[in-house]
Amino acid sequence: MATEIKEEPTRRDFLYVTTGAFAAVGGAAAVWPLIDQMNPDASVKALASIEADISAIEVGQSVTFKWRGKPVFVRHRTASEIEEANAVPLEDLRDPATDAERVLAGHEEWLVMVGLCTHLGCVPLGQKPGEEKGEYNGWFCPCHGSHYDSAGRIRKGPAPKNLVLPPFEFLSDTLIKIG
Amino acid sequence: MAGNSSYNPTNKVEKWFDERLPLLRFSKEHLMDFPSPKNINYWWTFGAVLAVMLVVQIITGIILAMHYTPNIALAFDSVEHIRRNVNYGRIIQGTHAVGASMFFFAVYIHMFRGLYYGSYKAPREILWILGVVIFLLMMATAFMGYVLPWGQMSFWGATVITNLFTAIPVVGEPILSLLIGGFVVDNPTLNRFFSLHYLLPFIIAAVVALHIWALHVPGNGNPTGVEVKSSADTLPFHPYFTMKDLFVVVVFFIPFAWFVFFAPDILGHADNYIEANPFVTPAHIVPEWYLLPFYAMLRAIDFDVFFISAKLGGVIIMFGSIIILMVIPWLDGSKVRSGSFRPMFKPFYWLFVVNFMMLMYLGAQPAEGIYVILSKVGTAYYFGYFLLVLPILARIETPKPLPSSISQAVLDKNK
Repeated sequence: MATEIKEEPTRRDFLYVTTGAFAAVGGAAAVWPLIDQMNPDASVKALASIEADISAIEVGQSVTFKWRGKPVFVRHRTASEIEEANAVPLEDLRDPATDAERVLAGHEEWLVMVGLCTHLGCVPLGQKPGEEKGEYNGWFCPCHGSHYDSAGRIRKGPAPKNLVLPPFEFLSDTLIKIG
Repeated sequence: MAGNSSYNPTNKVEKWFDERLPLLRFSKEHLMDFPSPKNINYWWTFGAVLAVMLVVQIITGIILAMHYTPNIALAFDSVEHIRRNVNYGRIIQGTHAVGASMFFFAVYIHMFRGLYYGSYKAPREILWILGVVIFLLMMATAFMGYVLPWGQMSFWGATVITNLFTAIPVVGEPILSLLIGGFVVDNPTLNRFFSLHYLLPFIIAAVVALHIWALHVPGNGNPTGVEVKSSADTLPFHPYFTMKDLFVVVVFFIPFAWFVFFAPDILGHADNYIEANPFVTPAHIVPEWYLLPFYAMLRAIDFDVFFISAKLGGVIIMFGSIIILMVIPWLDGSKVRSGSFRPMFKPFYWLFVVNFMMLMYLGAQPAEGIYVILSKVGTAYYFGYFLLVLPILARIETPKPLPSSISQAVLDKNK
């Protein structure tokens, strides 16, 4: 028992190892579908883009659309809101972005954002008239007190990022495609 | 304890059976004659209460699953259907919902018992860690169960808790969509939560079996913290402790029944009687009372620490507050188990209990002003107790003299 005999690996050892390796790879491959079934399915992904008619949204009004099950805030901003957003120095921002980076060139009055707080996913207030808009005249999340400004940028509270911008484009002056 | 079998098959059939499957031997040794310290007090009965509560939740849960529909269009109404139409449904649904609260009430007593009497110390570390695993599984099960009625708190609770995972850098977002099966909490989420809510209690039952197995290797601790030295220190589990446990279960059922019969919703939140609406967040999202201390600690972190954002920091603190329980056996180096013989430990322990209750209160308050400051203080003490108080006390404290044995302690008490 105590004497160590260093033997060369045999053909049989090789077979054991390769059999085990194949079983491990095969097992892992078999597990993947069992995990991946939990990811968003084809019907969920199929709802990936919508067209939204914005012709009826007056200056100073906001409308919420539904995209991928998420609320999308579309706000027709006033000139003073745009001015206010432009006046903020970038170093005051947690997630620095200029107002121009938050909108499409030539359509600065239209702010289109996913209406979910980047902290833990609540819907911020500020879309409807009379709702609390927070300390920066934008949106306020009631869950944990995040304040967003008139460009949807995070200014105060626990949220780490600005409100997310969905991919979107103008199909005409009154019709946008989100997604 | 192994090796001192008290089972003697009395007839040929029993003997034949015993040689093939020693089930009766196992039952006699572990469920009836198991030697238990004769001085264990009422705080030791909550293990039995918890076992009963697990059975109550599984039975009522299986019945509810016969009438409930896990679909976002039907779930909310199906719970109302159970409460209004199903025979005795009001009682069965109430028992299950209130039962979750009673289960957590009992588990907190059980855990605080362990923290006071040093039940986590060698040789019971694995027993304690399995307990923490059960606690984690209980929280996951309760959380998913709360989502099933598909009210406003169900939906937004699910949204907030699953979004905690997005705090993890890089892989956070893919993990979130894997968990909820979409871009937001929706029908796939409800479906899988129902499936997992049904599964987890059986996993809990399996870990409970390991927990009891780990208990039966060293045997029960006791209020003196002195190990059993002879058979004079113990009594058989049955009938002495089976009957004592049963008595406590009966007493425990009195407030339980009061809640079920007279105030089944008092422990819940009124907003959960509004059907889930993905476009409107309730003004105050509050978890169930038993999760509030941890929620308060999550919210207490509203500042960045170096490269760790406030969001990730809060998540680390919240999960850390439970994970830290697993390493207490190595943080508390005091050789004396029982808090009764540790004069310096006692005030810190009771402050810890009060602090835990304060965090529970703070978790239900809005995150503003004095509440935020107190939450930070409470979080600091929660961690300070484990990371500073216990290790330091172990070095500087002079414990009171321990009794020479359990029997001696009992005799001294009766002098």
